[in-house]
Amino acid sequence: MDEAKKIKIGWFSFSCCEDNTIVMTEVMNDHWQEWKKIFDFRHVRVLKSKNIYNEFDIAFIEGAIASDEQETQLKDIRSRSKKLVAVGACAVVGLPAGQRNTFTAEQNQSIQFLIDRFKALPKVLRVKDVVKVDAEIPGCPMSPDNFLKVVNDLVAELQK
Amino acid sequence: MHSFNLSLEHITKIEGNASLSVKVEDGKVKEVNFKTMEYKRFFTEAMKGKSISALPAHLARICGTCSNAHIICSIEACENAIGITATEQTKILRALTLHGLIIRDHALHLYLFSMPDIYGKDAFLDFDENNPEEHQLLHDGFEVKAAGNFLATLISGRSVHATYPAVGGFLHFPDKAGIDEAIKKLQSVRPAILRLIEVFKNAPFHFDRKTQYMALVPEYSYGYINGSIKTSKGETYGEDKFRDHLEHVVLPYSQASAYQYDGEGYMVGALARVNLAKDLLHPETKKSLKSLGDILNLFPSTDIFYNNLAQAIEILHSVDESIDLLSNNNFAAEPLIKVMPREGVGIGVIEAPRGTLYHKVVVGADGLVKEGEVIVPTGQNQINIERDVATLVQNLLPDTPKEKIEFEIEKLIRAYDPCMSCAAHFLKVNWE
Repeated sequence: MDEAKKIKIGWFSFSCCEDNTIVMTEVMNDHWQEWKKIFDFRHVRVLKSKNIYNEFDIAFIEGAIASDEQETQLKDIRSRSKKLVAVGACAVVGLPAGQRNTFTAEQNQSIQFLIDRFKALPKVLRVKDVVKVDAEIPGCPMSPDNFLKVVNDLVAELQK
Repeated sequence: MHSFNLSLEHITKIEGNASLSVKVEDGKVKEVNFKTMEYKRFFTEAMKGKSISALPAHLARICGTCSNAHIICSIEACENAIGITATEQTKILRALTLHGLIIRDHALHLYLFSMPDIYGKDAFLDFDENNPEEHQLLHDGFEVKAAGNFLATLISGRSVHATYPAVGGFLHFPDKAGIDEAIKKLQSVRPAILRLIEVFKNAPFHFDRKTQYMALVPEYSYGYINGSIKTSKGETYGEDKFRDHLEHVVLPYSQASAYQYDGEGYMVGALARVNLAKDLLHPETKKSLKSLGDILNLFPSTDIFYNNLAQAIEILHSVDESIDLLSNNNFAAEPLIKVMPREGVGIGVIEAPRGTLYHKVVVGADGLVKEGEVIVPTGQNQINIERDVATLVQNLLPDTPKEKIEFEIEKLIRAYDPCMSCAAHFLKVNWE
């Protein structure tokens, strides 16, 4: 496929364990030849060094949002992306990355100096608390089948 | 080039999000800070009050790629706390869980992260399908990863956040058809792994200096779960004494912790393991390594780039060992050993892909977790990584262009295979 016609992919990880990144690289075992033809992996840090940050057809967002800086970055990614997909439990429901949201007052007191030191948000946010989300793939980690279904549906829509 | 600050905001092709800053004054490297950019998720605070039956799956969420190592280590800690001894079958299934993890995780690191540097490519997917060698490696990479993924899924339910291993045993058991298919897949990727070993044996990158290293070394055959801690100084001590030898170091600039041993940095991971236990590798692995030119004679080594070669060797060992374990055992359904809550302290020490992993759990009489501690491999390699980057940059000054220095730094850090998701999981209240 002509390079310019490929679907531009961004993959971004915020606060999480990056399990969905690993699942994506495992799904790739069976799909890499087809993906190489149709996708331009222009910003996927786990795959490459020379990442291009300009515009995306699909931006996949993994992880919850834990700081102002992450919130600003997520909004910026949204403004550059035709479709934005929240992948995995931390992005979709904010947990377990945001488990401090459920802490007791005593527990919160014990971690407050670290929240302050690293300028973290008072509450960890879900992706949809910050930006409009076009699709969600829940799961801890996401299931490979659900991921493929969302990817294939979006590819069909973008190639119309 | 006299005085400058060099800053790599996002180191690529590693697990997680790390950055690095180097301060050079009057041509001398003054400071190197390697830091995780991951926000703390406070697992060691969140574990308090959880039932020990739920703890391993919870702590797995510290890290996606290392999740199955965290599960097995946490199960070991919980079982030690309440006095459960695993059955022989459970021990074998746990060993196979880690073999599956080692195969898929090392393959991800070697093919997708490190190999592009050797071939002058930006990404593994940029390898040229019309070039016979690159075409072969592309197919090899995804097939080896897939074989490890299949093994991990068959034995433990999933290759990420496994669902079958539990405190007291396993919740599901592999069937004959699955075992036969796993053996077939593992046998079929053996030639690819031999090619992988040759690539990293011949890789032109080297960085050597004196350093200490340590690993959990089994008594009889090379593995990742049992044994004693051995060090490059020739010391040996039990798993329960591991923590006593580590000194916690505060890193105010990072969301992670670092550790020293005997007042100095040290190294953990595949290179440390092969250095200390190469004689225990599977006989078929040793035979193949001999046929490739006595590769084991390169060890013990402190050349950090041989960590890649050691990982490739471990993939072969895990394949050979798994084929043996799957071929020579019958797996039958077994009930879980019942969890009888009692007060206790349990330690788990295993070798995760990136090195020695330590879990401690303190359990109350009600079976709920009072507190715990987790020490991850990347925290143990932290001081060595910073020291090595300082030496590397100093050696490259004053004539090397900044872009080249940055590339060399990333390459060196990649050889350590750091995991930043693991590094940033926990809370250390004694920082302040």
